[in-house]
Order: sequence, then C-alpha cells, then structure tokens
Amino acid sequence: MSITPIRINLLTLAWAQLWSRPLATVLNWVLLALGVTALSLVILIDSQVEQALQRDVQGIDLVVGAKGSPLQLILAGVYHLDVPTGNIPLSAVAQLRAHPLVETVIPLSLGDSLSGFRIVGTEPAYLDHYGLKPVEGRLWTAPLEAVLGADVADATGLRPGQRFVGSHGLGGGGDEHAEAPYTVVGVLPRSATVLDRLVLTGLESVWAVHEAAHGGASLDAEDRAALADALAEDREVTLLLLRYRTPLAAVTLPRAINSGTAWQAASPAVEMSRLGRLIGVGAELMQGFGAALLLVAGLSVFVGLWHAVRERLPDLAMLRMLGARPRQVALLVLCEALWLALLGLALGLLLAQGLTAGLGHWLALQRSVVVSGWIWPTELIVVPAGTLLVALGAAALPARSAYRLDVTTLLQAPR
Amino acid sequence: MTTRAIKSQSLTYRWAGSSRMLSFPDLAVPAGSVLLLRGASGSGKSTLLALLAGLLTVRDGGALRVDGIEPSALSPAERDAWRGRTIGFLPQRLHLSQALDVRHNVALALWATGALGESAAMQVDAVLQQLGVAELAGRRPHQLSGGQAQRVALARALVTQPKLLLADEPTASLDDEAAARALAALDQGAGSVGATLLIATHDRRIGDYFERQTGREVQKVSL
Repeated sequence: MSITPIRINLLTLAWAQLWSRPLATVLNWVLLALGVTALSLVILIDSQVEQALQRDVQGIDLVVGAKGSPLQLILAGVYHLDVPTGNIPLSAVAQLRAHPLVETVIPLSLGDSLSGFRIVGTEPAYLDHYGLKPVEGRLWTAPLEAVLGADVADATGLRPGQRFVGSHGLGGGGDEHAEAPYTVVGVLPRSATVLDRLVLTGLESVWAVHEAAHGGASLDAEDRAALADALAEDREVTLLLLRYRTPLAAVTLPRAINSGTAWQAASPAVEMSRLGRLIGVGAELMQGFGAALLLVAGLSVFVGLWHAVRERLPDLAMLRMLGARPRQVALLVLCEALWLALLGLALGLLLAQGLTAGLGHWLALQRSVVVSGWIWPTELIVVPAGTLLVALGAAALPARSAYRLDVTTLLQAPR
Repeated sequence: MTTRAIKSQSLTYRWAGSSRMLSFPDLAVPAGSVLLLRGASGSGKSTLLALLAGLLTVRDGGALRVDGIEPSALSPAERDAWRGRTIGFLPQRLHLSQALDVRHNVALALWATGALGESAAMQVDAVLQQLGVAELAGRRPHQLSGGQAQRVALARALVTQPKLLLADEPTASLDDEAAARALAALDQGAGSVGATLLIATHDRRIGDYFERQTGREVQKVSL
C-alpha cells in the first residue's frame, strides 16, 4: 500500500487555518478584492485614456476653427468626440501656410458620417502626421475615394473596391447622399489613434458631395465645372491642425489669430490640461475611494486576524510547546494575511481587467477612446504593493501578539 | 550508572509580582520510569511542568537537569529546539487544530521541530496505528469522541519520540473505564518510545493504576 506523503509548511498551514474560518475569510477576501478592483479600474482607465489622448494630440500645436468653445474645437478637431464650432473659409489654409511661424497646416472638413464613423475630408499629410499608410489598397487620388480606419473597416465589413453612401451629420441617421457614393480604395492598419475610427477622403470629396446635394448631380460635366467655380470662393473647411515652426509661435500666434481674425485658435496642450484638471479631480476621487476601500478591507483583515489569534492562542501556544519558535508562529499569522492579500489581488485584478475590457468594448461601440483590458501599465504596480502593505500591516499586531504569547497558559487548569 | 531523566536540587521559583516562593522537592527520576506529581491547585504543579519543559528558566535558585541537559542554560532558540526533541506534552485540553485532519495534527509536531522529513508519513501512520486510531487519520478533531481525540493528542506527543512525556490531568472528566483505557494508552505509548512519564494529577485512580503495574518504577511526589 502506498503511503500518502505529508506536506506541511507555513503556507499550507496558513491556508488551512484561513479556511477553518470560511465566513470571515470570504468577507475579508471580498472586501480586499473590492478595494483592489476600484483602485485598479481607475488606474487602468486613467492611464489608457491619458495615453490615447497623448497619442492623438502629439505634434499638433494649435487647432484653428470657427469661434466658439476652445475645448469643443479641440475635442472635435483632434479627438473627433464633439461637434465642431463651425466652418472657416478655405482661404485660411493658404494664409496660415504662408505665415512664417507655421510649419505645417492640415485642413479637415467634417460634416458627414458612415454608420456613426466620421467622414473627414483632408490631405494625405494627415496620415503622414500619424505615420500611417494603407495596409490594404492605396490612398485616395480622386474625389469620392475613401480610406477606412481599422475600426471602420471591421465594423462595416467594407473592403477596397466596395462602395458606400455617407449620411449627412456626424452622429449617423441623417439623410443619405445617395447621389454621391464613395468608393473604398484603402484600409489603414490599427494604430490605437483616432484614425482607427475615421473615414478619410480628400477635401474635394466633401465639396463634391455637398455640391451634388445642391443639384450638381443632374448637371452635365460643363455645367458642373461652372457650378464648382462659382462655389469655389465660398468653399470652407471645418478646422486646421497646425504645427509651429518655432516654440516662440506659441506666444504670439494664438493671440494674433484670436484677436486679428474671425477664427479661433486653441492650443490642445492648454485645453487638455484644463480638461485634465477637471477629469483629474474625478479620477483622484475614485482613486481615493479605492484606497479607502482597501484601507477598510485592511481594517477588517486586522480585526479578523486579531480575533483569530485571540481564539487560537492556546493552539498557537501548543505549537510553541511542540518546539515551534516564536518567529514561526508569527510568520504563520503573517502568511494568513499574505494569502488573503493574494486572493484579494487575484479576484480584484481579474474583476478590474474584465470591467476595463467590457468598458473598452462599450467605448468602441460609442466610437470613443480606445481602452482595453488585460494589460499591465506600470502605474498598476501600486495596487499589489499597496494591497500587500495593507494586509501585512493589518497582520503586524496580531503577529506580534502571537510572537509574544505566553506558552505557560497551556499548563493552567481550564476554567 | 543509571541515567536520570530528571534531576533537580533545591529548586525554587517565584512568579513576577508574587511574594510567594515556590520550593520543589529534590527529584531523581530514572529514565523510563513513571513520576506521579500530586498537589492541590496553586501548589506549583504547573510551574514545575513549565520548568521541566523549558518554558520557564531557573532563576531563583536550585538546579534542574532534564535528560542530562540544563534547559535554563540554553538560549531561547536552543531551548525551543530542545523542547521539540525532548519533551512530549499531553495537555488537559488537547488543543488539536480544527483546521487540520488527524494525520496532519500529529505531523504538526514534526514540522514544529523541523523534523518533517521523507519518513514523516511513515512515522505518523505508525504511531496512529500503535494507538489504534489509524482509521481516523482523515477525520477532523470535531469528528472524534473525547477518547479518540486524546489518543490523537497522545500520538502527537509521541511522534517525535520524546525522552520525557508530560501529561497534565489525563483522566480528568473521564469515567473509570475510559480513564483505564487512557492510562493504558499513555503507559504503553510512553513505554514504546522509552520515554519517562510524568503525570501531574490529583486523581487517585492514576496512582491505583500504576501500583498494579510491575514493569516500571513508579515514584509519587506531592507538592
């Protein structure tokens, strides 16, 4: 007959002790897990949103558009999350390109959408800005040719060679421009930037669609050219993305535009830091809430372990009587806390990652910022570190009490 | 020369904060014999057990050697290790861990002394077999009767093959039949590992039991 080996060590013994009080253990586990979840969730989302916002805004020093809210201009022009403040004349592009403080100008024309994804009239420089080239097909070379962002291609199933019709308005559900269908000529690789959720085309496409909507579709080629010429002077773009030639431009250019023209200039850095301060308060509150939950969990672990040690003092004294050293007995209590911390971390991180993945999926459906679960940003290290610290801190006093227990109480007559 | 399991001379002890000095009779207990320690509550039985187990150190006078060693001369760490190797203890309340099954409760004594080696399972199973509780190996303490639990606690005390087995009121609250069984187990268990048996008790049945035994030297000491 084979003999089942016996394995006892501090960890197995602490595990057994822990589960001899299942109710208290589950309560402490859940409390710790909730604290870990709250704290991790805030860190996971905050870090990714910040990264995504930074990725989208990099290299854009100034956004110029119609007068209105500067934050709205940035959200509409850089992140495509808000409606634009209006349009500005196409002539602004040439004027600003001629400005000695400006290095590049990328014009964007908004107004239509495809299944909720924005159709953006622009120039190939917009793709160059993000270092992207079509992974399938090619760039547009003629009006009404379009390149799809990765999310758009996935969501619509459109591939190069296929056609689609844009809807009026940015949110989807507007009138369809059936008289001016687009042809897909390319698909962009996934870049985790705003371009993933855009349909890109030439500026001329946007004008062509709207001129067709004004009856141009029914004209012959000669009349259509005449109409285009007639409308050329009134052509507009929605906004311009600028890069400064010199940092000094930041001091003078926005002010010059805001006071000397009918347009508005907004600095993404300034506006996003303003937004960051507003959102940051919320994020800090959530982080504080998570940390408070973790501390409450720590308190509960402390109370649980304290009672457990009180209850088990004779058993612990018996261990000492059997030859265990005070350090072994104290470590046993610390190991119980360690198990709780590890269990809380495992469940809490799993929940946080799952919730973040779920939120990421929902945000993707909302055509919003890219957030994904199952990642480990560096900042997240504070969660396991904090949890271990809280759990071991909570176990310190009970462990000390176990270390110093009086073994001679074992020899006293039971009362 | 006869080996003395316990040898004490002019041993005294005063608890901190107490004005009363406890004085103990000189002891010379041969290895493998039985010592019955009698005394009323407060007479110093527990204090003597604590001194013998190295839980208290001799500081107020006298000398005490257990298995040729002076426990008070050892460092605390050495004393813990020495106690694990030398002393077996059967407390009045058994203090079996409810978190572990019978087998692991017994093995705990080997773990505590750092002696949980490859042969641990065989040692544990052998002592459980010897005490007739091998079939209870997988049970938790709360699933045992009082008598079964006491045998398991005895197995825990014997598995390290101690030189001195201390039993504190082992027959308290047992009826005559159960007390006889418990004493037989204790006697045979201690005999099987060659341990000297010291029983602290005020139960006369224990004296009667050992008076009937002829194989071992029995001393009775009253405090």
